This record gives sequence, structure tokens and C-alpha cells, in this order.
Amino acid sequence: MTTRRILAAATLLGFALLAGTALAQTTLRIGLAEDPDILDPTLARTFVGRIVFAAMCDKLVDISPGLEVVPQLATEWHWVDDNKGLLMTLRRGVTFQDGEKMDAAAVKFSLERHLTMPGSNRKAEISALKSVEIVDDHTVKLVLDKPFAPLLAQLTDRAGMIVSPKAAEAAGDKFGEHLVCAGPFKFTERVAQDRIVLDRFADYWNKDTIHFDRVTFLPIPDTTVRLANLQSGQLDLIERLAATDLDAAGKDSRLKVAAITSLAYADILINTNNGERSKNPLGQDKRVREALELSIDREALNQVVFNGQFTPGNQWEAPSSPWYVKSMPIPPRDVAKAKALLAAAGVPHLSFTMMVPNTTDQLSAAQVIQSMAAEAGFDIKIQATEFASSIDLAQKGEFEAYQIDWSGRTDPDGNLYNFVSCKAPPALNSSRYCNQDVDAELDAERVGGTVDERMAHFAKIAAITLVDRPLIYLWHLKWVYAMSNKLTGFTAYPDGLIRPQGIAMK
Amino acid sequence: MTAFLLRRFALILPTLFFVSVLIFGLQQLLPGDPAQAMAGEDQDPAVIAFLRQKYHLDQPLPLRYWYWVEGIAHGDFGESIRIKRPVRDLILEKLPVTAELAGLAMLVALAIGIPAGIIAAVKQDTAIDYGATMAALWGLSIPNFWLGILMILLFSVTLGWLPASGFVTPAESLKQNLLTLIMPAFVLGNAIAAVMMRHTRSAMLQVLSADYVRTARAKGLSQASVILRHALRNALIPVVTLGALEFGGLLSGAVLTEQVFTIPGFGKLIVDAVFNRDYAVVQGVVLCTAFAYIMLNLFADIAYALINPRLRV
Repeated sequence: MTTRRILAAATLLGFALLAGTALAQTTLRIGLAEDPDILDPTLARTFVGRIVFAAMCDKLVDISPGLEVVPQLATEWHWVDDNKGLLMTLRRGVTFQDGEKMDAAAVKFSLERHLTMPGSNRKAEISALKSVEIVDDHTVKLVLDKPFAPLLAQLTDRAGMIVSPKAAEAAGDKFGEHLVCAGPFKFTERVAQDRIVLDRFADYWNKDTIHFDRVTFLPIPDTTVRLANLQSGQLDLIERLAATDLDAAGKDSRLKVAAITSLAYADILINTNNGERSKNPLGQDKRVREALELSIDREALNQVVFNGQFTPGNQWEAPSSPWYVKSMPIPPRDVAKAKALLAAAGVPHLSFTMMVPNTTDQLSAAQVIQSMAAEAGFDIKIQATEFASSIDLAQKGEFEAYQIDWSGRTDPDGNLYNFVSCKAPPALNSSRYCNQDVDAELDAERVGGTVDERMAHFAKIAAITLVDRPLIYLWHLKWVYAMSNKLTGFTAYPDGLIRPQGIAMK
Repeated sequence: MTAFLLRRFALILPTLFFVSVLIFGLQQLLPGDPAQAMAGEDQDPAVIAFLRQKYHLDQPLPLRYWYWVEGIAHGDFGESIRIKRPVRDLILEKLPVTAELAGLAMLVALAIGIPAGIIAAVKQDTAIDYGATMAALWGLSIPNFWLGILMILLFSVTLGWLPASGFVTPAESLKQNLLTLIMPAFVLGNAIAAVMMRHTRSAMLQVLSADYVRTARAKGLSQASVILRHALRNALIPVVTLGALEFGGLLSGAVLTEQVFTIPGFGKLIVDAVFNRDYAVVQGVVLCTAFAYIMLNLFADIAYALINPRLRV
């Protein structure tokens, strides 16, 4: 009798455990590298925040893994009025997570909120937008001051997220504490620095693609600990796996890895025109900058610092991008030519300071560059600087060279304009590089047209800026994800976001 | 005793004032502009100007200090510039987490440190004493973050016994709560246990050679009674002070341990706040920690006075 009871208890316990496992699998647990900032698409600014938004807030349009603009809340669009108007047809039958209807009025409200809300981080992204006209319940016309082709790409990110006007108006500036959108998961709970919990939105327009009842985001800054959580089964998916952990993840039969070249790039920004610190051979003589570029072996840099995981690059777009200017490939390392250029410039041995944010990867890369450049005659002094301070110093022109990352934008304009245009915000064009020919081409590519037409302008810009070298592009980051091998349907996108549509657990 | 307490209480306000000036002043020495740090890589001038105005960053320093102190007097510690939540709410959310972790770490420290110290003293110059001393040296020298990662790899990844990181409140699940805190509490307690062991050992050695202990032994009392009832009570006086200081230190947030185990306490809060130039959060947390430290010192003084009446005058 006692044995029977024990067996019965054990069986019940077994069933309970199995049930527990089954329940656990209705939750997708994602490990983030940081804790997001405020969850309001108008005010937010962090990358990890965008990952959370991807599960909560659908956008007017989205991107495909190949960077084409594809429908989301808008099903069709076309440019009108000589490219000064964008007519968008909205998807029918879409509701917000509070049950309100997603229609043209909601689109107008959301875009105007981005433009007018104090402290909006979206205003600069869509500043070309003059007004939003409601054509009918399911059609809006975005009216621009002047043609601005990158607008459509901006609408594939936070600027294109449509929020519930009723909920946003009721919450005011506290909307970020209970965001209401039209995405697949709705906000449930947030414990700062611990977790963000979202539950499935039953009336999501694309609900057939959603296979989890809940998504939990857990910020775990330490990469090793993030991987350990995945290995011990406490997480299902982690973002930004460190290059050094790739081997361990690859060898673990319980895991699989996915990677894609990101839109982000790293470069050396050279002070060519911003105050006294630009008045030196590096800032004033483009032969010296060419010598610096020729002294760097980008592939070796990638192998040594990033285990070969990143993509070497010499432009604002990765070589795999449809926007890469193929006529200007990565120049190979040529120390002899670099020495000759320095000699011709009258500075066979040149010393300069390179400011570098004090992160492990950036500092390691700077040290390798320092060593490579020394062979050509450069004496680089590395100035490791905390990130916020480095931005401040760069804006004030208190740098000679600045090794820095840019997180990347879908449209090439967003990876270029702000760093090389005379009209760029001084905060971003810290080198104060200015060339009227470049500006004319930038203005022309912004007017729009076909990919080929815009590419012709980008090629002309490349022919000037890659010779003037206010920036020396180094590498393109890769988004590397590790996940349980039971997870299916995950697709990596160049913008690094984790789209829950299609992801399932075997 | 009353005069003693009054003297101690009278010192609290001036100390807090001094600490508040120090926190506020030191933070201004940090390079980098909080508004720029918050504006992200886009550095939109309109956003920067808005943030400067909203958080009084465009005001003179004394005025900003006044706004802060005035807010605190009304229970308002300001708002986090990063996640736009009241600092008071963040402190109230994180304090119980850190307090629980600190309490468990102290339990680990006491459970290991005091018995080890007593045994090492009683068995002076034996293999047990040397062994305990070496273990203490190991506990002191091993970096917390390294021990933490090794424990995660062993107990979570290899054996699968404990969750690798994270935190569950006792209200959600007491069992899960304790499971998530075992490793961080051990990592923190381990280092303190080593200090406790060394202090208990030396205090015990001093006491064990005292006349009254010899008298107790001469009266025929058992070894256990002599050690635990007569010697230990006096030997614990310096250990109480040490315990209070260590506990205060733990309350200020075990920065590295909380980072490694992803415990959402004061340590993680302050690290993120410093890197994001979230002044209001840094100020609020440091002030709160300073207050806890002062109070713990006060309690230690009172406990000290209760144990040793000679100190009451």
C-alpha cells in the first residue's frame, strides 16, 4: 500500500513537472544586454528599448532582412506632389491593445506627438514632415516641406510606431509606464533593471504568427552570465553574444547561433575643421589621413579583436549592403605607400592622440591600430575616455582623432548625412567637415527616385569623402544571437531587432 | 545612557547635511553633461535644451542644490532622467532587495566567520588554526565577480541546481527567492566571513588569556561553558562593530555581485545611474545609503554600550 502511494505521488509529481514545463514553454524569455530606458516610442533612445518595442508596437512599415521596406500597419504607399507627399493606405481591422480602433486619426495623432512633444527624440528624424492630412479613415497623406526620401525608412522604426491616442492622452508624460500600441504583445509589468513582462494581445491583426502567450525580457549586462542563463535553460534567446563566447555557444549541443551584419559601423573620426586641435598635419593634410588608412589591415584587426566575427568595411554601408559603392572597395594595407605619403607630407613620424570610449572592444581595436600604424611612422597616443565625456569633448573639438561607433540607420542617408554635410548638426559632425560638392549630392539623393538614381549620388559622395577622409571606416558590427535549439522561426535582421512573429518552441 | 543617545542623535542631521553637500559637489566633478548623455547618439539640440531646462541643469549649482534639498524635505527625491520614474519609488523598490541580500550575506558571514574564529583561537597553532587562517585568506583574496562566475558555471550550467541569475520576490515564491539568492549571498558573505573569522580569533585569543577565564576554568567549568558563556561574550564586542560596518557596506549595494547575478538592488541601480549621469538617482541612493550607515553605526554604538557598561558614561 505504501509503495503504491509513493508511486502515485511520484506519478503526480511527474505530471506536475511536465505541466510546469509545458507552461514554461508558453513564455519566450529573452536576455538583453542592458535595461531599456523609458518605453515610450516618442521619448525612447536605447537600442534594447527598440527590441522591446518590436514585440509591443507595430509600425507603419517594416524592413525585410534584405533591407526592403515592407508593409506593416500601412499596406500600400506612394510618393505624390513631386515627392513632397507620401500617401499611405492603412490596414483595415486593426485595433490597439486597449480595444480602440487604429485608423488615420491615430496615425495623425502619433506622428504629431513625435513632432510636438517636449523632449521628443523622434522630432529630428521626421523634421521634414510639415503636416499629416487625413484623406479618409484608412488613408493618410504625409506632407513634407521638401522632398525627403529617407522618411519612409524612418517610419520603419520608432517614428513609425502608432500609439493609442486615448491611452496616450490619458497618461500624458507617464505613457511610458503603460504603453498601448497595436503590436502582438501588450504591456503587463516592468521591474526596473530586472524584467519587462508582456502578454499576448488576443486581437492582434497578425495573431497567427504569434506562438507564445508571454514574452519576458531580462536585462543581463554581463555577456558570460547571459550565456550561462541560456545554457542552464533559464533563457530561450540572447542578443549580442560576445565574440569570445561564440566558441562556447557553438560547441553546446543545446544551443544554436544566428548572426547578421548590422547597420552599425565603427570609424575613426578625424578633426579636420573643429578648432585648434584640427590644426595639425592629420587634420589638414589628406595625404596623412590616407597614410593612416593604408597602415591599417582591417581583416587582421577583425581576426585579432573580434575572432573574425565582424565585417571589415571602408564605407558607411557594409560591403553586403545594396547601398555599398562597389567601385570603391576596401584598400589593402600598404605600409610602403603609407610611409611615402607621410614623407611627401613632410612628417615621416607623426604623433597624435586618438580618443577612444573605454569599452573593451574599442580599446583592444585601438591598440591593434596603434601597433599597425606605428610601422608606417605614426605614434598614436590612446586617450581612453568614458562615453558620455567623449561625446562632450568631440563636440567641443577637443580631439584629434576619435574612434567611435554609429548604431546605423536603414536608409544610407542616416549613416552619412549627419557626419559629412555642412548643414549637419554640429553635435554629430564633430569634425566640422564641409564640402559644397558633397552637400549638393546629399541634397540630390534626398529628393528620392529609384535605387539606381540615388546610388549615382552616393557614388559621387564616396568619390569625394573617401578621398578627403574626415572619417576612416573600419568595420561593421554583426548582431550575434544564441538560442535554445528548440526555438524555431527566428530571423536575424540588420537592425538587430527581435521580431516575435514566427518564433516558436518545438 | 540618555545623554549618550542624545549626543548620537544630535550628530545625525549635521552629518547628513555634510554628506548631501559632498554627494552633490562630487557629482559635479564628473565629466560629461547629463543632458548630452541622455540625448543619445543623435544629440538633438532641442532634446538637450529640453532636458537641461526640465532637470534644472541650466541653473546655478547652489540653486540646484536648494531644489534638491527642498524636494527631499517634502519626500521628493527627484525623477530619474533615464527611465522617468520618481527616485523615491526606485529606492523603495530596490531597498528591500538589497536589504534581503545583505541580511542573507551577513547570516552566511556569521555562520562561517564566528565559529571558525572560535575554533581557530581555541586550537591555536594547530593544523585547524592554520587551515582556518588559510581559508580566511582565500576568502579575502578571491575577487567576488570571479567567484560568482565560477559558481554560476558549476551550480547552474554544469549541475543545473540553481538559477544562474535574476531575482524573484519572496511574495512571488519564497523558494525561488532563496534559490536565486544563495549564490550571491555566499559570494558576499564569504569575504566578510574571512574578516569576521580573523577578528573573532584575535579577540578570543586576548580574552582566553584573561584572569577571569582562568578563574572560570579553576572553578571547574566545562570547556564549552568557559568559551561560549564567558569568553565569547566579551570577544564579540569588536565583532559587533565590525558587523555593523560590514552590513552598512552591503546596504550600499554590492555593485559587482549584483551585476554578475543580475540582482536588481542598489548596486545595479547606482552603476547604471553613474554611467548615464542620472544625477537624481545617484544622489538619492547615496544619501539613503549614508543614512543607513549612520543609523547602523548608531545601533552598533548602542549595542556596544549595552554589552560594555563602561562605555555608557
